[in-house]
Amino acid sequence: MSVRHALLALLSEGPKYGLQLRQEFEARTGEVWPLNVGQVYTTLQRLEREGLVESEDLVDEGRQKGFHITEEGEVELTKWLRTPPDFSSPPRDELVIKVLVAFELPGVDVHDLIQVHRRYLVELMQQWTRLKEDESRLDLQFALVVDAEIFRLDSLVRWLDTADGRLKRAVAGVDEPAPKSFPLPKARRKVGAPE
Amino acid sequence: MSYLELRDISKIYGEGAAEVLALQRVDLSVDAGSLVAVMGASGSGKSTLLTIAGSLEDPTRGEVYVGGRALSSLSRNGKAQLRRQSIGYVFQDYNLLAGLSAVENVSLPLELDGVGARKAQLAAMESLDDFGLKDRASHYPDQLSGGERQRVAIARAVVGGRQLLLADEPSGALDSTNAESVMRLILAACHRGMAAVVATHDAQLASWADRVIFLRDGRIVDQTLPVDSPEAILANLPNQ
Repeated sequence: MSVRHALLALLSEGPKYGLQLRQEFEARTGEVWPLNVGQVYTTLQRLEREGLVESEDLVDEGRQKGFHITEEGEVELTKWLRTPPDFSSPPRDELVIKVLVAFELPGVDVHDLIQVHRRYLVELMQQWTRLKEDESRLDLQFALVVDAEIFRLDSLVRWLDTADGRLKRAVAGVDEPAPKSFPLPKARRKVGAPE
Repeated sequence: MSYLELRDISKIYGEGAAEVLALQRVDLSVDAGSLVAVMGASGSGKSTLLTIAGSLEDPTRGEVYVGGRALSSLSRNGKAQLRRQSIGYVFQDYNLLAGLSAVENVSLPLELDGVGARKAQLAAMESLDDFGLKDRASHYPDQLSGGERQRVAIARAVVGGRQLLLADEPSGALDSTNAESVMRLILAACHRGMAAVVATHDAQLASWADRVIFLRDGRIVDQTLPVDSPEAILANLPNQ
């Protein structure tokens, strides 16, 4: 998560103090990712060195140091907001690796193993869903974070379900359903293999 | 106190070489006021479990108790009466009668059970009102959205103080917002004291349940532990 860009975003609304930035950051991210003050100031110092923010002594507010965003900071913020995070290559996902490794191991029932992980994920989803039950505590930001987490866990459960079925069919020697009219590519590059 | 209890249930379809073991030695009890989800791949036995729990089919072996009564001790009529009075069903495709308005669909099971038309109508209106559908009462199913149809179906399943709600992929055809509201309604019915079993392959739906049972090849292979308080997950959040 980019704390520096989140701080730039908050400063694009107007000059703010470090403490205020921390409070607003937490409120705007559903208070799910707590931030310590030290981290806020280190990040601000770095942003200042890069010329993306400038500090100022806001006289009438006492001795606290205020910060405002520079023009370069605005440009950087716009660029960051519109740049998709890098999803281009599969992450080294521990769950995926565990299942792939387990499938080849003698003495390991991969379906039992998948169930262990499935149950854990569903239990986590139940906890997140409990948070949704009481709508009064669910402000908009928090609701978005809870949704994102539930969808993330759900996608893992779906992958496990699919893997479960695929491995079962593979062991039973049942062919994968594939449309016969489409020619297969001649050589399929393995994911992660050198070009 | 468990309202629904399945004891050592097995179900075999077909005979000889064509024999299919749909359920094997399933034990399950569902308390009044609690929501249990049954998860499993298609063909794992979820729907069979529901039809047996709802007395729509007899098990090959084992006994089902609903409200303390053994289904095997009931006559055909006795079972039909139990279904009308105590059990509500919700299906993926809503199963509303196209020629009846929303309120008529909801009041029908009461009238079939001998409740006077006026009284049944009133109870149906009350149930529709509970689900925010009062202004849709005179609409016919084809005038309702998918989400509204399913809410009417749930209103029909809970009308008249039924105590067991059985739902088979209740949100299969709905988008995630409508699916969520379906689960909220089912949960609300449980908070009012109903016991509910929802069969689904969807973990998001299942996660509304107090307990999730996992079926594989007709057997219960696992179930979730009781859910921690929501605060636990917040306390576990990493500090940045």
